[in-house]
Amino acid sequence: MEETILDVRGLRTSFFTDEGEVKAVDGVSFSVPKGKTLGIVGESGSGKSITSLSILRLLAENGKVVDGEIRYKGENLLDFSEKKMRSIRGNQISMIFQEPMTSLNPVFTVGQQISESLTTHQGMNKKQAMAKSVDLLKLVGIPSPEKRVTQYPYELSGGMRQRVMIAMALACNPEVLVADEPTTALDVTIQAQILGLIRDLQNRLGMSVILITHDLGVVAETCDYVAVMYAGQVVEYSDVRTLFRKPRHPYTVGLLKSLPRPDADQEKLVPIHGMVPSPFNMPKGCRFAPRCPAATDLCAEKLPDLFDDGEGNQVRCWIYDEEWPGPKEVDVFGEERIAKG
Amino acid sequence: MLKYIIRRVLQTIPVLIGVSILVFSLMHLIPGNPAQIIAGEGASEQTVRQIEERLGLNDPIHIQYFNYMSGVLQGDLGNSVRSGRAVSDEIAARFWVTVELSFYATVLAVFLGLMAGIISAVRRYTVADTAIMVIALFGLSMPNFWLGLVLIDWFAIGGDWLPEWAKLRPSGWGDSWRQVILPVITLGTGGAAIIARMTRSSMLEVINQDYIRTARAKGLTDRIVTYRHALKNALIPVVTVVGLEFGGFLGGAVLTETIFAINGMGRLTVQAITQRDFPIVQGAVLVLSVLFVFVNLIVDISYKLLNKRIDLN
Repeated sequence: MEETILDVRGLRTSFFTDEGEVKAVDGVSFSVPKGKTLGIVGESGSGKSITSLSILRLLAENGKVVDGEIRYKGENLLDFSEKKMRSIRGNQISMIFQEPMTSLNPVFTVGQQISESLTTHQGMNKKQAMAKSVDLLKLVGIPSPEKRVTQYPYELSGGMRQRVMIAMALACNPEVLVADEPTTALDVTIQAQILGLIRDLQNRLGMSVILITHDLGVVAETCDYVAVMYAGQVVEYSDVRTLFRKPRHPYTVGLLKSLPRPDADQEKLVPIHGMVPSPFNMPKGCRFAPRCPAATDLCAEKLPDLFDDGEGNQVRCWIYDEEWPGPKEVDVFGEERIAKG
Repeated sequence: MLKYIIRRVLQTIPVLIGVSILVFSLMHLIPGNPAQIIAGEGASEQTVRQIEERLGLNDPIHIQYFNYMSGVLQGDLGNSVRSGRAVSDEIAARFWVTVELSFYATVLAVFLGLMAGIISAVRRYTVADTAIMVIALFGLSMPNFWLGLVLIDWFAIGGDWLPEWAKLRPSGWGDSWRQVILPVITLGTGGAAIIARMTRSSMLEVINQDYIRTARAKGLTDRIVTYRHALKNALIPVVTVVGLEFGGFLGGAVLTETIFAINGMGRLTVQAITQRDFPIVQGAVLVLSVLFVFVNLIVDISYKLLNKRIDLN
């Protein structure tokens, strides 16, 4: 078994609004092995970003982690003082965001923004930090870094800005990099470059990566492990080969079936009918039950736990429980893949 | 940057020409014969003729404007029809008084406004925030002629807090801070309130931006995030307001100077209006307008320095 650097158990994060409590994340568990990449996949609103912001404790004011543990090197980050948490952020756990266009401060130069991490965490003076910033820009593949370091974000393209974000995040050699949809706002060729860059840097620096995405193609290419999220919960967690070869949760099966595959003889893509439930009105039982072709009364009544297959793969579905009342072989989304046991 | 400044300076030329035309027209916009009005109702035909002659009112209007402007460009704003002294001398004696008063009022407004706005934004939705915003609303709603009278009543007459003020009053301006402080508060309060509200809303907007989250994700302290990352962005719209406020203060000085009997340009203008001394009114309005245009030029340039995104072209 690999060494685990970050272990999230039973995370629940809520937002307290005028309309009531919104349970944005409601039962998320996964672990990130050292030096590996975990992908978190799910639709918009499934709680992926909130999960990542919970890890760094960067939630908006009305958001709060109400339950669970986030163990980093064995210590629960949720128990840390704000001061101790600051020494983790940007230093041991870094984050890059979806929108490179708005994630850099428009009134400071690229160099000033990268330097800040170095002067804050590594005790460098401004001159040393600026020199290191140039090295970092070189590391992330920005041409003529000496010139770029004095420029303002508006002078850079989206892809360049995301490289700057990565340089900033890597400034202090973090153990974990959380990348929240780092390529969603970029065009396709740049996407591939940025993902390639993250993978390359990961190999060189030996850090762990949490890659949040809604793109299964990206997951297949980049990740070692995958957590599939639906309506604020992890519904399936496994290594990437298992997930693609033998998906076990009906939602995962549905996701894979809705992807076009050049190798398969597909007449049509199979959609998952229905809509993600509103966070104000979650189903009582399994959250996917209203959209699941195999759902039974049990599914509608009771929320299943994460069932572990003993090899570290987990799935939140009644099919894998003794109590399952349905047939042994279940046919979902035109695929006879799901079989009990 | 230099190109921007030069271009921006050149842009003020048409504005200044427009201002000069308006100021020049002042005398001719009054219904009736300006010479008659200056002379007063009971004046003889001969007096009116003399005034017309002296002010060149018999020339065609464009010649009059040309003569006026060639005078202005040489620093000659004409002569007071009452005292006969050069308008430029009358104004020069009072110009710095008004500029100083407006400047101190601006400093006060910026200092108080920024402090209050930042505290409000950082402690948003708390009692402190609400209290500051209620006070700001009061500050905004009080007319400064009323505030000035209340301050005189409380501090200069009723209280012994600023006893010297009454004694110093006739001697002029700027001899003592005790003399300056009440007019400055009178003039600056409304501006402070506007700047406070502007700073607060601007800060609140900025605090929700993605780059603030990035700054926090770097592990920076709240202090650095607020005062370095948020404030610098939030100040951009505030700077514009400060420039406009300064212009407002130049206008507001008319009332404040009158209330506190300060011999500045505002009071000069009011006296000239009551005495129908048009050359002085024209000169004072022209000088104040030019000052306003230049202050806004400076604001635009500093705006550019603060916000690198403004396109140079």
